[in-house]
Amino acid sequence: MAETANRVVEAPLVPPSGNSGLLEVFRRRYLLKLLVRRELSARYQGSFLGIFWSYIQPAVRLGMYYVVFAVIMGGRTENHAIHIFAGLVIVHYFTETFGAGTRSIMANKGLIKKMAVPREMFPVASMLVSAYHVVPGMLLLTGFCVALGWSPDLVGVGAALLGFAIVAVLGTALALVFSAANVYFRDFGNIVQTLTQIVTFSVPMIYPYSMVADRFGAAAPYYLLNPVAEAVLLFQRGFWTGTTNDPAATEKTDLPDHLFLIGFAHLGAALVVLVLAQMLFWKLEKKIPERL
Amino acid sequence: MTESIVVENVSKQFTLRYHRTIKQMSVAAARGHKLSETFLALDDVSFRVEQGESIGLMGLNGSGKSTLLKLINGIMTPDSGKVLTRGRIAGLIATGAGFHRQLTGRENIFLNAAVLGMSEAETRRKFDDIVEFAEVGKRLDSPVGQYSSGEFARLGFAVAIHVDSDIFLADEVLAVGDKPFKQKCMQRMQEVRKSGRTLFYVSHAAASVQKMCDRVLVLEKGKLGFDGDVKAGIRYLHYDEPGETAEEHADAELGADV
Ligand SMILES: Nc1ncnc2c1ncn2[C@@H]1O[C@H](COP(=O)(O)OP(=O)(O)O)[C@@H](O)[C@H]1O
Ligand SMILES: [Mg+2]
Repeated sequence: MAETANRVVEAPLVPPSGNSGLLEVFRRRYLLKLLVRRELSARYQGSFLGIFWSYIQPAVRLGMYYVVFAVIMGGRTENHAIHIFAGLVIVHYFTETFGAGTRSIMANKGLIKKMAVPREMFPVASMLVSAYHVVPGMLLLTGFCVALGWSPDLVGVGAALLGFAIVAVLGTALALVFSAANVYFRDFGNIVQTLTQIVTFSVPMIYPYSMVADRFGAAAPYYLLNPVAEAVLLFQRGFWTGTTNDPAATEKTDLPDHLFLIGFAHLGAALVVLVLAQMLFWKLEKKIPERL
Repeated sequence: MTESIVVENVSKQFTLRYHRTIKQMSVAAARGHKLSETFLALDDVSFRVEQGESIGLMGLNGSGKSTLLKLINGIMTPDSGKVLTRGRIAGLIATGAGFHRQLTGRENIFLNAAVLGMSEAETRRKFDDIVEFAEVGKRLDSPVGQYSSGEFARLGFAVAIHVDSDIFLADEVLAVGDKPFKQKCMQRMQEVRKSGRTLFYVSHAAASVQKMCDRVLVLEKGKLGFDGDVKAGIRYLHYDEPGETAEEHADAELGADV
């Protein structure tokens, strides 16, 4: 028999499938970085324009919305294009996170079936890839605002960051649950597409909030229960109101009272939803490798 | 001696899903067919492995070997019973690593190593050795989807064997790959064994198990049918019966894991 070395292993005897969820994702940032890079390179693989597509796409989207809703149907507000674009950037971040996140586990099934890896990695990576794709839109948006004589103010930056945080947390939570559910029934992918369409029209983007307050009257606060609508309003505060002639007046008519208070409440709620999503994910993920 | 792997009363049940759409399910229900059927891929399996032991896991196709390795590796969790392991685990399960077909060999090495718990620095340090072992040459920067099955297998084995793990799992790793590569793999696994790492080796090739292992487990339809000495294990499987042709002998030597 072969003479074997005596290997001393200090580690404790534990179940091999570690289960610290999102904390584990945070602990293994290097792997997360590689997964994000993989998804980015996969997205533009074999394309000549490569990363420029992430500039072309939002610009075309903006142009389309602008022509239809501002030119053809008549602008509803001052600087309507900025109003639309500010909303579009954050709404698109949400729908991308939700959509790509939902597909993420199926898209990595080769890896998940063969190797032990925290499955939360994949929806989180999708959220980060989507965040990366927000950058070109933000640059375009900032450029347009500056061209209109806008300069950033601290409160506005805070508002935009808060809106971004709400969408990031909520998008991750939804991506977690739907990515796991999508393994069991592919119907969830279709549900996401439908929800995505609803979201586009349920936020004050192509119409101003003042119209909602006007038509809904006392019911208007319920409209603000939608976290994405609140995030859009925070983005309007961050970019659009500053471009109008009288920002203070615009804020009074086109933003709800207690904008920040509502925003922080939404962020708190989104964090609670994230914790619940993780708990549901733990239940669902147990059978993911065998169902892939 | 310290325990490396503890498997206690482990069962794993799989569902065979016949009907997936609402239409298929209602048709089946109307006809009184069963909507799903379950079976035990692993049935009350228990054993303990000491650090440094070299285990040969044998059994017919479909007896649950890969499932057992997936539980030990942490890909799957048991339905009942418990699996405990000590230290870092690396290896190849059910032939072929979890590579992304669109990524190049180089990118896959980094990704695979990261999944196996290697840091960026560690991967860089071992990168040249991995590439040299895999012998993929110029194809290192083309997508692994374009690799031959041999190249694919070589790269997967090369990454896994270079992880400084305490437990190494090898599930029919030699099923693809030519003779020189098989020999190289066997040699590496002998080194793994000598370094005191726990080795779990799945193979149908009696001769290679005999060379590689000091204990044999045999799975039979999910149950642990045999646990003990290598020679006795091979006799238990009747893999040593006479009537082998010269060719089969050669296979037994190097492991025609099919
Ligand atoms: N994800 C799965 N879903 C349903 N059945 C499965 C799944 N994986 C494996 N099986 C079944 O479980 C049994 C054991 O499979 P496996 O562990 O791969 O066997 P072995 O590796 O010994 O050939 C087989 O009958 C196989 O068809
Ligand atoms: Mg197998």
